[in-house]
Amino acid sequence: MLEFLAKFFSKDTTSSSKNIAKERLRLVLVHDRVNISPQVLEAMREDLIKVISEYMEIDERALEVSLNQDERTVALMANIPILRLKRWTRN
Amino acid sequence: MGEVVVVTSGKGGVGKTTTTANIGTALANLKNKVALIDTDIGLRKLDLVLGLENRIVYNLVDVTSGVCKPKQALIRDKRTEGLYFLPAAQTRDKTSVDPEQMRQLCLELKEEFDYVLVDCPAGIEQGFKNAVAGADRALVVTNPEISSVRDADRIIGLLEAASIPDPQLIVNRIRPRMVKRGDMLDIDDILDNLRIELIGIVPEDESVLVSTNRGEPAVLNPNSQAGQAFRNIARRIRGEKVPYMSLEVEQGWRPWLRRVFNLQGTR
Repeated sequence: MLEFLAKFFSKDTTSSSKNIAKERLRLVLVHDRVNISPQVLEAMREDLIKVISEYMEIDERALEVSLNQDERTVALMANIPILRLKRWTRN
Repeated sequence: MGEVVVVTSGKGGVGKTTTTANIGTALANLKNKVALIDTDIGLRKLDLVLGLENRIVYNLVDVTSGVCKPKQALIRDKRTEGLYFLPAAQTRDKTSVDPEQMRQLCLELKEEFDYVLVDCPAGIEQGFKNAVAGADRALVVTNPEISSVRDADRIIGLLEAASIPDPQLIVNRIRPRMVKRGDMLDIDDILDNLRIELIGIVPEDESVLVSTNRGEPAVLNPNSQAGQAFRNIARRIRGEKVPYMSLEVEQGWRPWLRRVFNLQGTR
């Protein structure tokens, strides 16, 4: 009862409905945009290969890039099988 | 040479038609020659918002199919000098016109008018494709509501794909009290996601429904807050820098008293 009253009279807006809406909107837009243009994911994959290849030899054909989504987050997941590490010196 | 501006949104019911009618009227009142085109074939509504539903003789499909010339179909608004209106056909559907015909029509109208505003139907199919075919620029209308912003995002993507650069955003039907309570997305929330330039903020306003009831656009009502917002947008379209209206929630007993006695206007 006290908790209910506290919530009712509190000025705490972190769990306000618009913040929930904002979060949901953000996630849904990430998802929508990637689904609409798989070329983005493809381009990212190419760039990733380039960058990673400077540090290690990787199995390009087995490299997987995807978006994983659960209730509250979207994450870019990459599975990059390594063949061998390069000897790498900073210039 | 005039400009063709498409007013679009993706989602239906967010206020495209109201926006088109009001901005068009305001631009005409700023001494521009303006043509409004309703492309919502089969579900026309711009005629009602403008109060010109009884003056329709020819429509958009008549023009594009060669039955008549644009001049014969364009209705001159007797109330607002310089404002002309081309209605949609009510008994056809959106496949009766194709994008190429729209492109031609817009080119022709641009010669004679300073602004050609194209009211786009909801959706992303043929109606949308027709409406954007001749457009030079776009106004995207959204509500501070999650599904409307999502649709706006999709539309912006489609506009960019159609090579219509730099669409500008109008946030319509904002309710300052709800924003203050944390129950409505605010302007920054929307801009953070859509990332396009803002050109207008229009408050939720009962006077808009009253205007539609009467067939008299809200910009003609000096007491309408929404009308004032639309008038400001028209000026910004012409390149003027107009500060945004303060939509501060009026506190105290005065607004309550006004509501009780049903008095119009707040300022």
